[in-house]
Amino acid sequence: MPFKRYVEIGRVALVNYGKDYGKLVVIVDVVDQNRALVDAPDMVRGQMNFKRLTLTDITIDIPRVPKKKTLIEAMEKADVKTKWENSSWGRKLIVQKRRASLNDFDRFKLMLAKIKRAGVVRQELAKLKKENAS
Amino acid sequence: MAAKRKTPIKTRNPDLIRGVGKYSRSKMYHKRGLWAIKAKNGGVFPRHDPQPKAPSAAEKPPKFYPADDVKKPLLNKRKPKPTKLRASITPGTVLILLAGRFMGKRVVFLKQLTSGLLLVTGPFKINGVPLRRVNQSYVIATSTKIDISGVNADKFDDKYFTKEGVKKKKKNEGEFFEAEKEDKKKLPEDKKEDQKVVDASLLKSIEGVPDLKAYLAARFSLKSGMKPHELVF
Repeated sequence: MPFKRYVEIGRVALVNYGKDYGKLVVIVDVVDQNRALVDAPDMVRGQMNFKRLTLTDITIDIPRVPKKKTLIEAMEKADVKTKWENSSWGRKLIVQKRRASLNDFDRFKLMLAKIKRAGVVRQELAKLKKENAS
Repeated sequence: MAAKRKTPIKTRNPDLIRGVGKYSRSKMYHKRGLWAIKAKNGGVFPRHDPQPKAPSAAEKPPKFYPADDVKKPLLNKRKPKPTKLRASITPGTVLILLAGRFMGKRVVFLKQLTSGLLLVTGPFKINGVPLRRVNQSYVIATSTKIDISGVNADKFDDKYFTKEGVKKKKKNEGEFFEAEKEDKKKLPEDKKEDQKVVDASLLKSIEGVPDLKAYLAARFSLKSGMKPHELVF
């Protein structure tokens, strides 16, 4: 199986360890075999070990080590934010965050909603079973 | 108290460094105006005769002289500070009780009493928890708040909750077994009335929020997969 996501300038990656955990960053340069120079609109450009990054499918078109302004423009043009939020990976992360931030009362309401939905499903199933049996 | 000065009085002889004042003895003599006091008094410093001492009561010789020196215990002037209420607990917060008869019940916080305990109510009609005192340490504060403005909790204090003094009854032979039977104490009617009054306004605000009544009626429990240190309450 060949690799599909390559480390390249403009590759968008997700930080999976450390202070910037959960952020989307762009690889703007490669320092050496293990490290990349990494940048994001809301952080100071700095180096990160590749082990801290997980590559995504998204790439943007930038020259090597662009100015912050050009980086932000390129990210807007490629629409990284919406692409990420519409991808199944991005959506899963959003749901996880939402679930973790639920209040005790919210969790109770969620339980009631789940029971209600299960009840509706079961009713439909019973109806279908009856139709099939007759 | 006398009226306060606009600027706090500074010493007439400020320290240059510790132990050395700015002004010499002769300069200080002039600054303090001792020459003026002397001039007023005709060249000498005024002298007052000692005031006659008030007659002191005749002291009786003590009855008992201890054989050895008795050590006096050290003086303890410590005053315990009032219990600090957690910032997350404000009037109207829903609390989860963690211990005792009502373990797991979700309950409404009313106010903190002077002893530091929290005054709490079910409301009684919803989950069976009456007006009760509860320790802050045995409680989880959720971020759900209820509007508590209609409730007047001023008449409740620690004295309201103390047990009445049990009168010692003399047990005769025949009455021994019967006395055990009438031990069950009934709750006085006025306490039941207090509960109803407090709960009436609470129930109105609770029914205004959907599902809140069922939420307060249910008990909290940890289910499989719930990690308390990761849960947001």
